[in-house]
Amino acid sequence: MDTPKTGEFAHIGKSVIIKGELSGSEDLYVDGQVEGTIELQGNSLIIGPNGQVRANVNAKAVVVEGKLEGDIRASERAELKKSAIAVGDIVTQRVAIEDGAYFKGKVDIQKESAKPEALPATKSEPRAEARSAAAQVASGSGRATSGAAAGAGSGSTVPAVAIKIPVTEPKKF
Amino acid sequence: MASVAHSFMKLFRGSSTGSGQGPTPAQRTQRLTRRSSGLAELAKILASEQSLCVLDLGSTSPANIRYLIERGHKIYSEDLLTASTDPALLAKDEQGNVVLDTKKFLTDNLVYPAAQFDVVLCWNLPDYMDESLVKPVVSRLWSLLKPGGVVLAFFHTREAGPDAPCYRYHIVAPDTLEMQHIEAHREVRKGPTGVMHSATTGGFRLQRVFNNRHIENLFHDFASIKFFLARDNVREVLVMR
Repeated sequence: MDTPKTGEFAHIGKSVIIKGELSGSEDLYVDGQVEGTIELQGNSLIIGPNGQVRANVNAKAVVVEGKLEGDIRASERAELKKSAIAVGDIVTQRVAIEDGAYFKGKVDIQKESAKPEALPATKSEPRAEARSAAAQVASGSGRATSGAAAGAGSGSTVPAVAIKIPVTEPKKF
Repeated sequence: MASVAHSFMKLFRGSSTGSGQGPTPAQRTQRLTRRSSGLAELAKILASEQSLCVLDLGSTSPANIRYLIERGHKIYSEDLLTASTDPALLAKDEQGNVVLDTKKFLTDNLVYPAAQFDVVLCWNLPDYMDESLVKPVVSRLWSLLKPGGVVLAFFHTREAGPDAPCYRYHIVAPDTLEMQHIEAHREVRKGPTGVMHSATTGGFRLQRVFNNRHIENLFHDFASIKFFLARDNVREVLVMR
């Protein structure tokens, strides 16, 4: 899958390292490193080929092209591309795993009736899910960013994705 | 570990260097289809009940995952053969010999609650896995299986020879498997303990040949064992806890 266009997805570039709680109400493309949790209820998450995510992720659709260590909870579908390395359980309605993907974990298919539980009232107040203001992104000392890739496509879209960051030094994977 | 592999080659008629009759490039890419009596027997169980818990110990197979979830089962996937080649498992014993750290292997892998699974797809794992891991793994499988749970495993006969290619198996029908030669590749990942693991797949060589007595001994804690002799020098075994 090609990198999505800037306007379509909030974008975390490949030189960005985020450690903390990440939530939002728009689609997100992660090509950097994230450690913590990712909550995008009602929206899509793509972990790009350079992405290294160590987090439990919750979204409407989750597509993994890079590395993910953590559970996937996708209310609609989960997809592991051939380059994916995923360690963790998948709970979703539909799953697609390409030949060549590495997967260690459980696949649990939930029927459509389970959908309301997976998506608790996010549609009515989409922005309310954001756990902290975008200002925290700029002020949090736990964030480590470098290079221009951090801002690739993030200018107008990042504010909808809020990141709660503990005041700790980031560690690389 | 190479010396361990070498010593087991003594079980074969030929030498460990083999006759160079590994799979050709064409064989590596093509998928072969074979009938499986063991799978056919197992398919009856899979068809008779829903929501069974199935553990697939082969390479990640989209076909197997699809086949099982279509029938309403829960599937767990864990590539144990690749995990067994993790260099982090190498340790030295009291004599200074390089051995595999079995304890560490079982700390990182096959970590599930007891009596969780109804079915374990073991495929050809015991034939290609390092000798030191085989008994501990079978013992762990016994504890992971529910009473009445079933293991499907394949064992080569001596006629297969030391260069018998290592395949991954895809279920394409209740009694049919597609065999795909395991391609060589290297990957690096983090294990549950946080340690970076690098594993190489491909180039797996048959470590030993189990005869029927060996197989019975290996599964002596289990309640029953059923053999199916296939045409391609493979014995299929269905073992019930």
